[in-house]
Order: sequence, then C-alpha cells, then structure tokens
Amino acid sequence: MIWKTLKVGFHRLGSPPTFYRVSALISPWLWGGFALCTLIGLYYALYVVPPDYQQSDSYRILFIHVPAAWQAMAGYIVMAILAVIALVWRIRTTEIMAMMCAPIGAAFTLICLATGSLWGRPMWGTWWAWDARLTSMLVLLFIYLGIMGLYAAFEDRRKGARVACILVLVGVVNIPIIHFSVEWWTTLHQGATIRFFGESTMHYSMMPPLVWMTIAVKLMFGAVLLDRSRNELLDQDRRKGWVRQKVGEET
Amino acid sequence: MSMLLQARAVSFRRQGDRIFTPLDVDLVAGQAIVVLGPNGCGKTTLLRLLAGILEPAEGQVQRHAATAFLGHASALKGELNCRENLEFLRRFHGCPGISSSRALARTGLTGLGLRPARALSAGQKRRLGLAGLLVAPRPIWLLDEPYASLDDAGGQLVDELLNEHLDNGGSVALSTHQRKPLLTRAARELQVQRAEQEEPA
Amino acid sequence: MNLSALPALLLRDLRLAVRHGGESLMPLFFLFAVLILVPLGVGPGPNLLASIAPGMIWVAALLASLLALENLFRPDFEDGSLEQWWLGHLPVTGLVMTRLFSHWLITGLPVILFAPLAAQMLYLPGEALGVLILSLLIGTPILSLVGGLAAALTLGTNRGSVLLSILVFPLVVPVLIFATGAVSAAADGFSPRAHLGLLTALLVLALTLVPLAVTAALRLNIE
Repeated sequence: MIWKTLKVGFHRLGSPPTFYRVSALISPWLWGGFALCTLIGLYYALYVVPPDYQQSDSYRILFIHVPAAWQAMAGYIVMAILAVIALVWRIRTTEIMAMMCAPIGAAFTLICLATGSLWGRPMWGTWWAWDARLTSMLVLLFIYLGIMGLYAAFEDRRKGARVACILVLVGVVNIPIIHFSVEWWTTLHQGATIRFFGESTMHYSMMPPLVWMTIAVKLMFGAVLLDRSRNELLDQDRRKGWVRQKVGEET
Repeated sequence: MSMLLQARAVSFRRQGDRIFTPLDVDLVAGQAIVVLGPNGCGKTTLLRLLAGILEPAEGQVQRHAATAFLGHASALKGELNCRENLEFLRRFHGCPGISSSRALARTGLTGLGLRPARALSAGQKRRLGLAGLLVAPRPIWLLDEPYASLDDAGGQLVDELLNEHLDNGGSVALSTHQRKPLLTRAARELQVQRAEQEEPA
Repeated sequence: MNLSALPALLLRDLRLAVRHGGESLMPLFFLFAVLILVPLGVGPGPNLLASIAPGMIWVAALLASLLALENLFRPDFEDGSLEQWWLGHLPVTGLVMTRLFSHWLITGLPVILFAPLAAQMLYLPGEALGVLILSLLIGTPILSLVGGLAAALTLGTNRGSVLLSILVFPLVVPVLIFATGAVSAAADGFSPRAHLGLLTALLVLALTLVPLAVTAALRLNIE
C-alpha cells in the first residue's frame, strides 16, 4: 500500500512538466540556503576558529576538504537510490537525476583529492600518499568517471541512463569492498598509516564551521542536481509539446 | 485451430517515444500474417517484440510455442562452414529437424557444406538462414524481410517453405515490401502505423 | 528450457577461438611480453624481482583478461546471434555463464598453466608458487566475470574499448589486493589463508550477482 502510494507519487512528480515546475520553485531556495550557510561557515572557519598550534592556518582547508569528501560519498548514495527507483519503476526523471548526480559527485571527489593534496604538501611533505582514504577516493573518482562515460557513450540517452544505472548498483556492492580492501592493503604495506586527524581529537571549536559548511555543501548538491536535471530534461524534450509551450510562455 | 501467439495492444518506445500505434496480433496454427508498412514504421521492432527479443513498453505478448526469428543479420558465424553453422543451430535450439545435408539440399546449397559462411553471397547467406529454420523447426516463424537479396528462384523457395510450414501446423509472421508471398492459403495483412508523437502523460 | 544449448555454445566458442588461432594466443604472448619487459625495465636483481613477482604476474593476468573482452559479446551482437538467446526457450543466464566460462578457458587457464614458468623467471620463492596458482585459480574467474560485466555494459556503444578499461579497473582493485597479498604473505612465510578466504568470498559474490547483471545489461543493449 505504502509502496503503491510512493510509486504513484513518484510517477506524478516524475512527469517532466511537473518536475520542471517544482524544481524551478525549490532550486532558488537551495541556492539561497547554500549562500547563507557558506557565509556563516566561512566566517567561523576563517575568523572565529583559532589557528592550530601544530598546523597553524593550513588546517583551515579542512572546512572544504571534509564536507567535500562526505558529499562525494553521500552523492553516490543519492545516485544509487535514484538508480534503484529508475530501474524498478522506469521513471525517466529519476533516470536523468541519477545520471546528473555523477558529474557533481565526481566534482566533489576531485575537490576532496585536490584539497587533500594541497594539505598533504605542508603536513606530510608530499602531494600524494598511498593512504587508504586517498586511494579509495581515487578509485571512487574513476567509478564516477566510468558512469559518466558510459552514459555519454550511448546515442539513445534513455538506454544509456538505464545501462549506467546498472553500473551504479554494481558500484554500491563494490565500493565498500574496495574501501575495505584498500584499508587492509595499506595496513599491510605501510608501517604507520598517515591519518587525517592523527592522534589528537578535534577541538570542539572546530565543530560549528564544519557543520555549517557541510550543510552548505549538501544544499549546493541539491541545487545543482535540480538545475542540471532540469536542463537535461529540457534538452532531451526540446521537440516535445510541453517544452514549446513553456518556451512560448516565457518569451 | 490452436493459438500459438497472442499479442494485445503492444507497442515499443525509443527515447520515450512510442514507435507505432499499439497493435493486436494473433498467430494461429496454419495461418500467416504479412506485416506491411513504410520504411521505418517499426516492422522489425514489431517482429522482435513478438519474438521476445524486446520487452513491450505497453501491452502483452504470450507465446505458446517455440519461436524462430530470422532477422537482417542471419546469426551465422563467417569462420564456420555451412554445415557447422547448421549443426550448431540444431543443437543450440534443441529441437532437431531434418539433417544438415538435407536442409542444404532443400535450400539449393548442395555442395557448399564445407564452404565458410563468410564466403557465401548475400543471397546464399539468406538461404543458409532459411536452412537454419529447417534443422531446428519451431512452430512460430517470425521472418524479417525474408525475400531480401534473394533471386526469383529464392523467392519461390521461401514461398514453398512457408506453404510447407503452414501445412504442418506452423504459423508465420513476415514483413516484406518487395514481393508479397504467394501462398496456397489466404494470408492476413497487418498494417503498422507510425505513432503520432503524443504528450507525455 | 533447452540445456543442451550450453555445451553447444561452449563447443562453438572454443571452435571459433581455435579458428582465430593467433588471436586466441594473444593473452599468453601478453603475459610473456610483460614478464620479459619488466626485468629489462627494473633490472635483473633477484631480490627486487622476487618482491614484485606476485604483482607483476597478477597485473599481466589482468591485462591478458582485458585483451579479449572487446570481442566477448560484440561479434554475436553484430551478426544477430545474441538476440537469438532471448527467443524464450533458452536459459539466458546459463548462456551468459557459459560464455564467461569460455572466456576464462581462453584467457585465465593459459596464464595459470604458465604461472610456474613465470614464477621461475621472476625468482618467486618456491613456497609461494602453490599459493600463486591457488590465487590465480580463485581470482581469474572473478576477472572474467567482472570483465564480462563491463563488456556487456559497453556493448551498445561504439567506443567500447577505452570505456571498458575504465570500468574494469576500479572493480578489480580488491581482487588484485587480496590475490597479491596472499602470494606476498606466503613468500614472506606468513599464512595466506585470510587473503585466500576473502578472495573466495569475492568469487562467490561475483558468481551470484554478475550473471544477473550481465543478463540485464545485454538485454538493455540489444534493444
């Protein structure tokens, strides 16, 4: 019963004109929330939190690095849930949304890797270390790239989306295994694994900016996801009646 | 009169667009259906839907007997000779009919048994495809343009094979736009119409 | 369901592989190219070679398996044989398994057969040889399964080969880690059991899930 209601709800919301309208309503609010949270978060991160006695100011990159890392993984979970809905109920809008998650997730993974590398230089004295988290993140980046590449390689974008959704689900099974295996591998091959937070626990004053930045990043993910999906839908349906009608209304 | 295949309001979608207006198809033992329509209206897609290769986006297909599908590509391996190709089909589909040599003779390929399939002409490949229907006989034949690239004698051969198949209680749906089959029984015609692009619901 | 289709398909696949002759021996050539080039590249020191031997042999096995993937389903897709699988009277998942098995026979098995020779060439300690072969026996079927999945996913695209490597690489990371871990452990005098156990778990997981995913991917691609 609940499933049936859910399914009907998804189908209604999944109809392209409805999705177009609803996402246009929600997206500005998400962008606004993102701007607000980022301002508050950055203010805390750059002015309120005191410099670290070991790392001085360089640790402040953490407030971008950590939310990006979390979002890179959360983005995959969102994508996987959308992919399941897309494959089970064959709703086109969720197929498109799942596919639009991939580039955003890949971007966050890249941000995470880049900021980690920048941070690693002063901290560890090297741009790259075969640390478990770094390696897992690199593999995650390639999984994202594979999903994007697979989707883009099909002429029929619907078919591409459905095939790539299968890959998304394969990744859901595989990513934990990859993470675990890499973790095991580093403990075997490296004497002392370099850890991000080391022995010292995080100071409580670092919490507020981290929380604000994390919320900001999540809101941004949502906003970009809705906007990208809306554009993709518009592009795919450009010859359809409802798009002409919309364009007619707006010009 | 046994019903071999029943399709109700089937259609298929590509990129979300319906390809042809939904159709009902009933294949009865001893009956042939000729699928007609302009290029690109979805004749091949309809036959693939009936064969079970595609899953209908709308409607249902029920098959009550084993199915044979002969498409544009004849599902032959160029590296294998004609006889090996037929022997494979015979075992693969698990319903052995006449022997490979007799099938080759019946389709006018006598003496070509050891020739690799890639060395055959287009028409000969079609004939080998037809021979495949004989070595692994199945009651439902779905033939996509069976007359393509065949000469007059080849066209006659197709007609003869169709008549024999129908007499044996089989059933055929075939698409064509060059020549219509000359059958001893009346064949029904089915017009496939390209779908108007509708608004998404 | 006509189960005699499975041996028929296997025999035809192997016959085609034999007809292709040199092409089917490519994985083996590849293995030896790697085994000869690596000492030339890193130097002939026995200690160095022995320490990288498990990794080198495994990477060679991986690349050998990758080599034959492009043609795993594509010829059948193009000549119309693949769509015949869905006519209703054939066990499709069984056919998928059969095809993957023939891929393993052509790419995995030769590597296993020549592993003792490869181990000698790279000075792998004798006590690790058994574990190397065991790890290859458990691990190379996973490579065929995962590779087959990537081949099935990319079937409907026209730039399959590059994409294929991108898809395969992240998925085989755990196989590589556990397999080489087992061999290294044995070479250093530790028990390889934990690694081999995990590798076996991966094989069981892949055997249960991959054929279904491959079937679904093929089905979507023949549309």
